[in-house]
Amino acid sequence: MTTIDNPVGASTQAQGFGSSFVIALGKWMTSSDHKKIGRLFIGCALFTAVSTSIIGAVFGLERMSPAQMDIFDGDAAIQLISLYRFDLVLGLLAPLFLGIALAIVPLQLGSRAIAFPRLAQLSFWSWLFGSLMVAIAIIGNGGPGGGQADLVDMYLLGVGLAAAGILAGSLSVATSVLTARAPGMTLDIVPAFSWGALVGSVASLLTLPVAIGTIIYLYVDHTHAKVAFGGNKAIDDHLGWVFGQPMTIVFVVIALGVLADIAPVTAGVRQPQRPVVLAGLGLVTTAVLGAATQSAHMLNWSGATSDTVKSAIPFLIFNGLPLLGIFVVIATSLLSLKFGSPKVSGAFAFASLGAFMILVGAAGNFVAHIQQANLAGTAFTEGVTVYFVFGGLLVGLGALAHWSPKLWGRVLDEKALLGLSALGLLGTIASSFPLFIAGFANQPADVVNGFDYDGPIALWNGLAGIGNVLILVTVIGFVALLLAAIRNGAQASDDPWNGHSLEWAIPSPAPLNNFEALAHVNSSEPVLDAKPSGKEVTV
Amino acid sequence: MTIALPAAPQAAPRRQLFVATALACASAFMIIIGMVAMWMKFRAGAPTRDSADGLYVIKDWLPASITIPEVAANVMLTTFPVVALMAQWASYSAKRRDSQHRSLALAICAVLGIAVVNCQAAIYAQMEIGLADGAYQTMFYAITGAMLLLVVGGIAFSFVALFRSVGGREDDTDVVNSHALYWYFLTAAFTVLWFFVYVQK
Repeated sequence: MTTIDNPVGASTQAQGFGSSFVIALGKWMTSSDHKKIGRLFIGCALFTAVSTSIIGAVFGLERMSPAQMDIFDGDAAIQLISLYRFDLVLGLLAPLFLGIALAIVPLQLGSRAIAFPRLAQLSFWSWLFGSLMVAIAIIGNGGPGGGQADLVDMYLLGVGLAAAGILAGSLSVATSVLTARAPGMTLDIVPAFSWGALVGSVASLLTLPVAIGTIIYLYVDHTHAKVAFGGNKAIDDHLGWVFGQPMTIVFVVIALGVLADIAPVTAGVRQPQRPVVLAGLGLVTTAVLGAATQSAHMLNWSGATSDTVKSAIPFLIFNGLPLLGIFVVIATSLLSLKFGSPKVSGAFAFASLGAFMILVGAAGNFVAHIQQANLAGTAFTEGVTVYFVFGGLLVGLGALAHWSPKLWGRVLDEKALLGLSALGLLGTIASSFPLFIAGFANQPADVVNGFDYDGPIALWNGLAGIGNVLILVTVIGFVALLLAAIRNGAQASDDPWNGHSLEWAIPSPAPLNNFEALAHVNSSEPVLDAKPSGKEVTV
Repeated sequence: MTIALPAAPQAAPRRQLFVATALACASAFMIIIGMVAMWMKFRAGAPTRDSADGLYVIKDWLPASITIPEVAANVMLTTFPVVALMAQWASYSAKRRDSQHRSLALAICAVLGIAVVNCQAAIYAQMEIGLADGAYQTMFYAITGAMLLLVVGGIAFSFVALFRSVGGREDDTDVVNSHALYWYFLTAAFTVLWFFVYVQK
């Protein structure tokens, strides 16, 4: 009898690099593994961070001399500003934290998979194609105010598709936290990051649909009548709230959960005020109400006392409570350091510095809504958005450094991370704080040329441009560090940080189905509880 | 080192589809509520003018030539609770493992859902307005079209649940319960839309 021996290795070699690349690409494209989907989101969000900071740097250059410098003509400037605003919020902030949540939440819950993995997969492709449609439409002069009507339609569809993608991923994450927890893990003992992911996801599920409803109106109007919504020029009037506050606050809730998780691990103690942390995270999402109403709630004390009180109540609910929530989460997270012996890691440095930037952004948002400050429509509000987004980006990089053993099986270089976190802090402050000052000098928001005021215009805007360059260097440096660790770094141990939650009880990187067996959980730090036993068997 | 944790028995199912449907319904409800809010905003902001005799102030929102067929809208309003009732019947039957009644109830849901679509089509036909005729017309088609899409989703859900039921899925209570929840949501959403779009206009 003749047999044909066809060893696997031989066939793989015969396929060559090209076909093995296609196979690998196909596996990534069709994978329903939540860790891969999460990494796809994260990778694309980091790419967007690079492109966004380049656009921000060019804006800074243009704004240094708004009367003479003419890098973009009028229409191109409006288009690029639209792209910049989309990229900051729906291209960077939302997918970065959705990706981290998709990758990490099931590991923290002791679950073998994310709920509805195909929905999670759909969410990535929907978001990606939506974002590409937005970019293509804007490049072709089809953004808000653009001259190409068909591409304006494409822009609207792209924003809708990207928002639908974020919604689908949020649904997957929220359902996972509500239904796929390990036996015994009640909602009050889920890890702080998973709680933040739940709160942030539900907040997205309640606010982004309002944007989708608006897009339906805008699309139907723009493709047919162009009467009700004022054609392409008025798109930002109706949809602009999606790319600013308080939508950004809705997305940074997950970022605050990262700090609340990393701080106690850094200190080596249990979170002393855990219920307060969870309540603080919930408090931040009062911003949902502000987002759903699509309007700024201003404080105005120029009229009668009754009018002041009337404006103060919604102002404090929509702007004050999120600020209080962010402060509570940061304060209680840092409180754990007092009770332990903290050893500052690169991940903690990134997360804490980023959270401080978010707090400054929230304080700026509070001030911006005081009528007498006259900051509405100025560069100040743009600075607030940049604080939130780049602060969130820093926290996101901290999260990636913290969970890199589970995602890539590597620990990143600590010294380099500390240096990059300092650079990122400088970049965030430089790219946003000068806009605060420029806002007080009445520099208009979302405009790059044709304005003038008494003051050092070139200094403030030049600093903002330099800040964007620093953010660019930080992100590229982080990615280079990660790639170097993946290529040449040593295999990470299963629990390199002496972690508290379930993801540190499985091998690094996390295997395909996460957990071999279901674990019973009866505390918020199950892995910390199990450590004194010293048993070294796989869960 | 891998940490040992006490092993747990197989976890009981936690109604994953039902929870996801509840979240999706809340999300979809926000689409309708958001659209109704914009409808009201535009309606309130519509320009006004004095009538020819100077006695009245006319708001230029709903053009005088347009008549909304209220009978069809009211039939839709009454049909939705009936569909929800049938969906609940399916849920009750599923709990009792009564596949015949479950399938019958799901089939009625699907048929009544199609009847709702037919009503909406009748409204469009009787109104005889064009999508591009003006602000009211565009917004009317946008908001009722969005609702129609959600109803089509409900019909698809009914058919999927029906096919699974006919196919012999005895333990499909989660799907049938989720289906009932979705039709309850549609009933609530249409009631809101009916009041603001068809009654207040």
